[in-house]
Amino acid sequence: MAAMTPLIETRGLTKHFGGLKAVDGVDFRLDKGEIRAVIGPNGAGKTTFVSLICGRIQPSEGTILLDGADITSMPAHKRVLAGIAYTFQITSIFPKLTVYDNVALSVQRRLLAKGRVTHGALASGVEEALERVGLAGRAETLAGNLSYGHQRLLEVAMGLALQPRLLILDEPTQGLSDGEIETFIALVREVARDATVMLIEHNMQVVMELAQKITVLSFGKILAEGSPEEIRANVAVQDAYLGGSHG
Amino acid sequence: MTMPRSTRKDIFLHLAVIAVLLAANYVLPEYHRSVFSRVLVLAVFAMGYNLLFGYTGLLSLGHAMFFAAGMYGAGLPIYHLGWNVPVSFASGIVSGALLALVIGLLALRTTGVAFMIVTMMFAQVGYLTSLFFTTWTRGEEGLVLTPAMRTLDLGGTAISLSEPSLRYLIGWALFSIVLLLSLWLVRSPFGRTLVAIRENEERMRMLGYDTFRAKLSAVVLSGTFCAGAGAAYGILFGYVGSGFASIQYSILPLLWVLAGGAATTLGPLIGTFFMFYIIDYTSGLTSAYLLLVGVALILLILFFPKGLLGTIRERWAKWLP
Amino acid sequence: MSFGPMFLLATMEGLVMAAVLALTALGLSLVFGVMRIVNVAHGEMFMLGAVLAWAISTAFAGHPSIGFVAALLVAPLVVGGVAMLSERLVLRQLNYDPEATIVATIGLLYIIQQLALTFYGADARPVQAPFNVRVQLPWFGYSGYKLFVIFAAIVLMLATWFVLTRTKIGLIMRATQYDRETALAFGIPVDRVYAGVFALGAMLAATAAVLVVPIQQAHYLMGRDPLLLSFIVVIIGGLGSLRGTIIAALLIGLSDGIISTLYFSPTLAKMLATLLVAMVLVFRPQGLFGTVAK
Repeated sequence: MAAMTPLIETRGLTKHFGGLKAVDGVDFRLDKGEIRAVIGPNGAGKTTFVSLICGRIQPSEGTILLDGADITSMPAHKRVLAGIAYTFQITSIFPKLTVYDNVALSVQRRLLAKGRVTHGALASGVEEALERVGLAGRAETLAGNLSYGHQRLLEVAMGLALQPRLLILDEPTQGLSDGEIETFIALVREVARDATVMLIEHNMQVVMELAQKITVLSFGKILAEGSPEEIRANVAVQDAYLGGSHG
Repeated sequence: MTMPRSTRKDIFLHLAVIAVLLAANYVLPEYHRSVFSRVLVLAVFAMGYNLLFGYTGLLSLGHAMFFAAGMYGAGLPIYHLGWNVPVSFASGIVSGALLALVIGLLALRTTGVAFMIVTMMFAQVGYLTSLFFTTWTRGEEGLVLTPAMRTLDLGGTAISLSEPSLRYLIGWALFSIVLLLSLWLVRSPFGRTLVAIRENEERMRMLGYDTFRAKLSAVVLSGTFCAGAGAAYGILFGYVGSGFASIQYSILPLLWVLAGGAATTLGPLIGTFFMFYIIDYTSGLTSAYLLLVGVALILLILFFPKGLLGTIRERWAKWLP
Repeated sequence: MSFGPMFLLATMEGLVMAAVLALTALGLSLVFGVMRIVNVAHGEMFMLGAVLAWAISTAFAGHPSIGFVAALLVAPLVVGGVAMLSERLVLRQLNYDPEATIVATIGLLYIIQQLALTFYGADARPVQAPFNVRVQLPWFGYSGYKLFVIFAAIVLMLATWFVLTRTKIGLIMRATQYDRETALAFGIPVDRVYAGVFALGAMLAATAAVLVVPIQQAHYLMGRDPLLLSFIVVIIGGLGSLRGTIIAALLIGLSDGIISTLYFSPTLAKMLATLLVAMVLVFRPQGLFGTVAK
């Protein structure tokens, strides 16, 4: 395992907004096939950190490697083609378009990269992605008319339809019901069979059930990293995060 | 955006519109035929504008510069260099496309209100340029292209483009080509991409689309269509003047598209037709006919922002492209 | 004329131009600063002020200064009323959406301009200056009225600056500009502030126009140049900044006055200035329109 090139590696990754260091010199490794959770108190820099990886924002310092290749200055849209898909924390779908068309945009992007877009390939790609998240019956609905939980699932379907190597999920279960969370956990497990998953999550139950490894961020730095058991036992984490959430 | 099953219905509708407009050439009285031929060419201008404003969501206040680039790009070589009609027409289109590429590269660095102001200012520079080089353009007075300059040489027989029926048919042909091209475009993956950029550009970027390039392509295509309209207008109606580069000709396509329905393929035709007739009628009554343009803009934006076809699509015919 | 006197004349003309421009642009800048909308009909507010000044001053017999003073008092009030009416009837209904507002104010531009054409006509008409004094400068005598225009503009701008920075009204306006939602939460009647600011912006333009008609005749198309130049001033000077607006107006007014008196054709000067400003907007949009997006 250790000899393998990690899927994502960051070295000294830093981002400051004015005087505030949102991400501060983070060295990070993510192996292929992993399910990684990134946790931390509010304002710890989690969203900024994954946004740097997917290219939504540019780092102030440091480098990002994908499969050993430097992608630090690669624009976001090219990173998506290279296999990094990001789903937004605040649901970001196309509300005025149908569910079908929302997912079709992802499938189309993947097909365009390979060459031709045919109606058949588009339709089957959309169907498959909707099938996986359980929205197959809703293809004709306007995305804006879906319930909040279904919109989150649509967001995930758009990520899946890109067939990414790394799927970044930013607080995917926020606002979901317990039943929906169960479905979601099963979905992520299935996705993880052929992709690496990185999720920012506040719901500790989801984190403990899914993650093979947890990274804890605090004030822009990695506070701890390890298996769910190790993190649960870590005193520093309890102080900074788990304990803090009670007070 | 549409589903495959409505394909046949909307292609049929567009072909029917094209057929009716062809028949109009043979039944309309002379005056109305002449108005129709102008409306058809100006509708091409509106369709070009709609591609950017309606489908891509970029509101330009400077499209007169593309129309004028086509017009001067075709008219100046005809007038000064004696070029023939087809070559001049192509030169007009190329001028517009190149201008659109440069303007797109610059203006697309801005968004929203700044994009509107920047396009307006570039168009103003264009207008002033046409005034400044008055030796060649004769400024507001303009150049009159005589019928002799506007003849098509078809294998030895010269036919004059000032002949009303031929002029109508050429306008009709240009309109039909651009209409079908627009229909095909908005139903293509590229059209889907533009609409999605209009709705949520950041999401499109994170779905792997190079949104800048897509928007630039939209500006260039839009500018090219508008330049085609400008070139045809100059050649068919024999006049090339600075007035067509003025701010008013940037506002008019916005008005036509708003009236007919932004982001509908047939809206530009309906809007142009409607507003052209209203303005034509009132300009016979009063010199302050532009008052109507103002009133129409405000009423449309306040009460009818989706325009005629946009409202019909929303209420009754969801399949309209 | 040799260079010295020519240059002094050009500078004086440039200063008059800058004074009028600064007042007009200040109105546009204020509206954008507080309401975050671009009023494309701003030039027509200027024109309306000029046309009304002609109408009012010709209604008074006797010494021209009586009519002029009446115009200076009444015309801006009427224009302010027109602006407030359009704000209530149109802009507010659009919820101040930036793009829809631009389309609507373009409509307003045509309506005001064409109404002026209908009721005032297509002729350019002069207004007599309130007094006719010549002030002796080193090489030539110069119109005392033009010096008065410079003086009046300075006084009006000082007054505006005082209102904005030293009074409660100014504080309320700045609070609204800073954050609309918070201002609402603190019980500031944002609605009325907007109506007031929009009217005030138009009144500044109208006042500038009343000052200018004795120098330049009133015409229904006279709103175009002030609009474009105000845009230029506001963009160069930075939005909502009083100091920036004045500096930019001085810069543009002076250079326009000097350039057009001494060297180029005015068309070329306008062409290059417009191109330059467009480029400023393209390459430094964050400094100019950057605060629009929340």
